[in-house]
Amino acid sequence: MRHTFVALVEDKTGVLNRVVSVFRRRTFNIESLTVGRTHQEGISRITIVVDSDKTDVVRIMPYMYKLINVLQVEDLTYQPHVNRDLAMVKITATPENRAAIMQLAEVFRARVVDVTNNSLIIEITGDEEKIDGFVDVLRPYGIIEMVRTGIIAMERGTSTLINNMGESQNYELPIEFKMA
Amino acid sequence: MNKTGAQIFWECLEREGVDVIFGYPGGATLPIYDALVTSKIHHVLVRHEQGASHMADGYARASGRVGVALATSGPGATNLITGIATALMDSSPVVFITGQVSSPLIGYDAFQETDVTGITLPITKHNYLITDAKDIAPTIREAFFLAKSGRPGPVLIDITKDAQQATIDWEYDDKPAHLPGYRPDFRPANTEFERAVEMIHNAKKPLILAGHGILISGAMEEVLEFAERTQTPVADTLLGLGAFPGSHSLSLGMMGMHGEAWVNKAIQEADLLLAFGMRFDDRVTGKISHYAPKAKKIHIEIDPSEINKNVQVDIALVGDLKETLQKLLPSIKTVDHTEWLEEINTMKGHSAVRDIKNLPDNGHLYAAHVINALWQVTKGEAIIVSDVGQNQMWTAQYYRHDQPNTSITSGGLGTMGFGLPGGIGAKFAMPDKEVWVIAGDGGIQMTQAELSTIAQEGIKVNIAILNNGYLGMVRQWQEFFYDKRYSATPMKGPDFVKIADAHDLTGLHVDSRDQVIDAIEAARKNPGTVLIDFKVEKEDSVYPMVPTGAAIDAMIRRPLPESVIQES
Repeated sequence: MRHTFVALVEDKTGVLNRVVSVFRRRTFNIESLTVGRTHQEGISRITIVVDSDKTDVVRIMPYMYKLINVLQVEDLTYQPHVNRDLAMVKITATPENRAAIMQLAEVFRARVVDVTNNSLIIEITGDEEKIDGFVDVLRPYGIIEMVRTGIIAMERGTSTLINNMGESQNYELPIEFKMA
Repeated sequence: MNKTGAQIFWECLEREGVDVIFGYPGGATLPIYDALVTSKIHHVLVRHEQGASHMADGYARASGRVGVALATSGPGATNLITGIATALMDSSPVVFITGQVSSPLIGYDAFQETDVTGITLPITKHNYLITDAKDIAPTIREAFFLAKSGRPGPVLIDITKDAQQATIDWEYDDKPAHLPGYRPDFRPANTEFERAVEMIHNAKKPLILAGHGILISGAMEEVLEFAERTQTPVADTLLGLGAFPGSHSLSLGMMGMHGEAWVNKAIQEADLLLAFGMRFDDRVTGKISHYAPKAKKIHIEIDPSEINKNVQVDIALVGDLKETLQKLLPSIKTVDHTEWLEEINTMKGHSAVRDIKNLPDNGHLYAAHVINALWQVTKGEAIIVSDVGQNQMWTAQYYRHDQPNTSITSGGLGTMGFGLPGGIGAKFAMPDKEVWVIAGDGGIQMTQAELSTIAQEGIKVNIAILNNGYLGMVRQWQEFFYDKRYSATPMKGPDFVKIADAHDLTGLHVDSRDQVIDAIEAARKNPGTVLIDFKVEKEDSVYPMVPTGAAIDAMIRRPLPESVIQES
């Protein structure tokens, strides 16, 4: 089964390396990893997806917390959450089949972001299944390149990682990270 | 005031209370060493950076204060690695400082450049690379706080040469360390306390597993109070020796692979295990699926990642042990466990008869005789720093510690060569205490160069070499599990007395049982360091022993002598 972990970390050199090392050292397998800034300066957000058949998931949170630069970790798997993946697919497209491809893209609510005489780049966002499905229908047309961002996830409702941080850890949030 | 990074460095160390530092200079630490001249801190020049790392570790373990080791970039830093990993495995508070090439050269394969923060990332609690002089002071503050707080551990600071050289306008301030993601002060919930108290009161056969955490937390009094009030016997881990008085009637001694057979049997029979600051290491549990099957388990531990890691527990109280026990004790009633204590007593069986020190004198000198004599002569009050292997296990079995922080050894990593430098560090931490290093003929040779450090510093550390001409522990495994094929374990050593002599230290040979006490007395009386080369039985083994992968009560025992078998 797949587990989605979300972590808030200090935005400093080498922090990603520390997080990934937790997995590498214990031969845990990361399926998807995304890192990006948050709206708060100094905090980055990491989403990690692992397969519990290959990884001892209950060990991940305590090991992550051992890292000095990790502020908060949550396993979103059993909480209502939204997850999204973004893909760009480059495909060979002749004037003859271009319309058919663009029609498929419309059905999947994907967007064409680049067109040349013999190629198209299509951008699609959605959960993983939707993207997998789209890629499958494009395959017969000849995919020449593809890139995916990996999964990002967010809890539904008003609760946020930052708020949960204080409650779950019985821990006073540093002043600079407190919500306005 | 205008100060260089190097000057700021020494002032910050002084402010952290550092009185001694173990190091070895080099190109990338030249500015730091230049500024050392005006510092009050005593610098001990080692002979190899690994020595510095173990000395800082030994210093930390003997005193409970933070030890500091200093090395240059590249090879200086990589020579520290073994000591850093040793400190991590045994939760020892040590700050390691390394010089780094100037920041514009980082990543260009400059002379003596190596990626020190990269290499040490998995073997430190945390590490830093400083490229700017203004970061030196706050980083040292953070490093000392991290090393000492929560579950202690090694912290490394890599400082570039240009940061050491740069002059900045700087005043010391005592702003606390700013570590938003660091939570060393967990406290267990009250509901868990209630369950724990109930479980403790309902237990018929409780047993305390006393670990290193007791010493780190300083919870010796609380554990003693708890054990006495609840009449609960106490078994120690290797690093827990000294946490509970060894001569106390409730003390069972060491558990695990080379623990007494009846102690392991008692663990298997117990209905409640109280794990105090220990982590269920594989050397303690044996085969996990067969470990203490009848026992409920309460784990009091400061590191949440240790909970349910090796052994599933019924109640986990995550927090500082001393604080947690103080909160727990008022609810604990006086209990009587005479029946259980008697039952444990009957488990001893032939153990005393099998004990080598009680066997009839066959004219041979056994290591057990040496350690037993050392324990008697020093009245169990010396700081004992053992190396790794058979010497370590015999020391753990035969030297009983009543005082905390007097048993120092590399447990988790099992670092051969730790003993001698570890002992030097312990002596600097506790200059008024008698320090004995106990090492095998293999381990002593790994860090033997530090005898020079002893000579240069003029300190007194007594050294007992248990010399059996073998890498004894590996030989023992080859005897038991590899049909006595002694592959690469016989070892021809030097004449250790001459080695001592070459360092202007005193060396003594002992090869019979009747010379042991005299030699120990002579070493104690001598104002300088004395090295005693005890020529012990060559093919003796450490008994009892749990083979790896076996349950802890399935032990290999010392064969009973014919005479004893006939009598019984």
